[in-house]
Amino acid sequence: MEKLTVVTGTGVPLRRSNVDTDQIIPAVFLKRVKKTGFEDALFYAWRRDPEFVLNRPEYKQGKILVAGPDFGIGSSREHAVWALRDYGFRVVISSRFADIFYGNTAKNGVLAAIMPQESVELLWKLLEEEPGREMTVDLGARTVTCGDVTLPFEVGDYVRWRLMNGYDDIDLTLQHEDDIAAYEKMRAEKFPFKPKTIPAKHWPDVPIQSAREPEETQPWAGPIASRE
Amino acid sequence: MGTTLAEKVWADHLVRQGENGAPDLIYIDLMLMHEVTSPQAFEGLRLAGRKPRHTDLLIATEDHNTPTVDIDRPNPDKTSALQLSTLEKNCKEFGVRLHPLGDADQGIVHAFAPILGLTQPGMTIVCGDSHTSTHGAFGALAFGIGTSEVEHVMATQTLSLKPFKTMAVNIEGELPKSASAKDIILAIIAKIGTGGGQGHVIEYRGEAIRKLSMDERMTICNMSIEAGARAGMIAPDETTFEYLKGRPHAPEGEMWDKAVAYWKTLKTDDDAVFDKEVTLNAADLTPFVTWGTNPGQGVPIDGNVPVPEDIADAEQRAAAQSAIEYMGLKPGQPMKSIPVDTVFIGSCTNGRIDDLRTAAKIMKGHHKADSIHRVLVVPASSRVRLEAEREGLDKIFKDFGAEWRNAGCSMCLGMNPDKMVPGERSISTSNRNFEGRQGKGSRTHLASPAVAAATAIRGTISSPEDL
Repeated sequence: MEKLTVVTGTGVPLRRSNVDTDQIIPAVFLKRVKKTGFEDALFYAWRRDPEFVLNRPEYKQGKILVAGPDFGIGSSREHAVWALRDYGFRVVISSRFADIFYGNTAKNGVLAAIMPQESVELLWKLLEEEPGREMTVDLGARTVTCGDVTLPFEVGDYVRWRLMNGYDDIDLTLQHEDDIAAYEKMRAEKFPFKPKTIPAKHWPDVPIQSAREPEETQPWAGPIASRE
Repeated sequence: MGTTLAEKVWADHLVRQGENGAPDLIYIDLMLMHEVTSPQAFEGLRLAGRKPRHTDLLIATEDHNTPTVDIDRPNPDKTSALQLSTLEKNCKEFGVRLHPLGDADQGIVHAFAPILGLTQPGMTIVCGDSHTSTHGAFGALAFGIGTSEVEHVMATQTLSLKPFKTMAVNIEGELPKSASAKDIILAIIAKIGTGGGQGHVIEYRGEAIRKLSMDERMTICNMSIEAGARAGMIAPDETTFEYLKGRPHAPEGEMWDKAVAYWKTLKTDDDAVFDKEVTLNAADLTPFVTWGTNPGQGVPIDGNVPVPEDIADAEQRAAAQSAIEYMGLKPGQPMKSIPVDTVFIGSCTNGRIDDLRTAAKIMKGHHKADSIHRVLVVPASSRVRLEAEREGLDKIFKDFGAEWRNAGCSMCLGMNPDKMVPGERSISTSNRNFEGRQGKGSRTHLASPAVAAATAIRGTISSPEDL
């Protein structure tokens, strides 16, 4: 994983709260089986709108996203972080992140920086006053600098340590393989009734009939809303 | 001081306590897998030359991408077909048990596992899907994870996690006949907001919760994530044990007695303290329905679309404004005046047998309104479909003018052929009303199966009491 220490780049103000992962990347792009190449899918629906912030030339090279509260709610899809990363974002700033999204960022070398909403508002103001403005996020110092303003942000010590060193989680865990083996021994003795998926047990197999589309009796005139 | 249910389950899975701010290492009893969030995890294992540590604690099925008609024919969507065949190939290569489309045990991950009896009290259960919280209905600690964590669990059968905070949601008193489990959870989300449970495990408690069936408890725990919570839990009791007894993977004989003795210890101590506590009076609850584009934007069905100018908080005012515009509604409009095009009954929230029985009971002897374009009834799993057919529910749905489909995620999310067109409006028993969730430009009103069925009869948003 790429190390993250200091990030300098274009700040993008996203004045929205409750940005869910369906907005960050719609489900239709989740059919891919690879882990890269999601940049075009980022904010797919919103990017159809010419007024959307990322469609303004000043913000196109965005590297630091400054968003409203409750960023990343909804689906657990890690594709949301892959899309942000592939587009070029290394940092997302918000006053509150959804838990699963937050966990996914650090696994992909992306920093989710937590700041009070007042700081977010101030950054929005600064970034909109001078669109395309660069800002600097210093993970070591836990600060964001935009023009003359330097603001602190919150990040857990452990997440910070992993990001700064680019550590892989699985490698870290496997250092404790003895502990895992010891737990498994205790588990087999204390909880012998815990289920195993193999060998498979199930009720008798029954053939499943395939449903069919009904035959169309009359063509649909389209949504009621479009008929008014 | 005593401990909460969530803390007890955590303690029983502690492999290693974190030191100096490092997270704990927690053992995972079961990981559920599906085609969407697993391919990159298998690929990661392959690239690192690793193997799953415990294939007997993994199980997979196909649900998100699968069509709900013509399942005996080739998948018309090549990308979906590739993702499904990738899962089949991976499961074969790594030795993971798979229930593919067409199998009697195939279904939405959160429906097929409880039916097999694999979801049991006191377990840790994870899946690359946020609605894993469903399994908390059994007193398991169950939560959604990302794909990197799916790979981590395959490689180590553990996760490194900071302990979750705890939150009690007490539902006191008796639930009125007109209200359902879905109305309880929609009311909770409207009260605490989409971030209200962030970082917490919610334990649902109180008289109204104890009286719910397992299917209803799963509806409530399922949508814990919509309140921002890591997980939702309900302490196991006789209802739980009765549901489990005799299921294929439930313990038997002496092991059953041993298991029940342990399960009975899984409850919050009287003197335990939660980090947060919220109380709702069940008697005040009525059918609930959403008007906006996040699950917290809901009102009682007799209420109105809000007037943004009346909302004091600037952030919420702006969110309401944009949601009302997207949804094509008028501020102050009565919810019951809204006509819908499509009715969707299904999903991991409300596609179980209790839900289908509720809908069938209301639909029986009626026909869908002429103005309704389509009514999709989609069982959450193939076993649910078989049970519904055994009870003759499929006939009631067909006589009503509804489409009786094969099991899967279907119209809950725009990943399979069951999608809406721009501007199409649904009443949906699913869990998310986000912009474009049911297809680009789709408009979703979340509600219970009873409200969805009544709406299908009348054409406008309705409660069964309006019939």
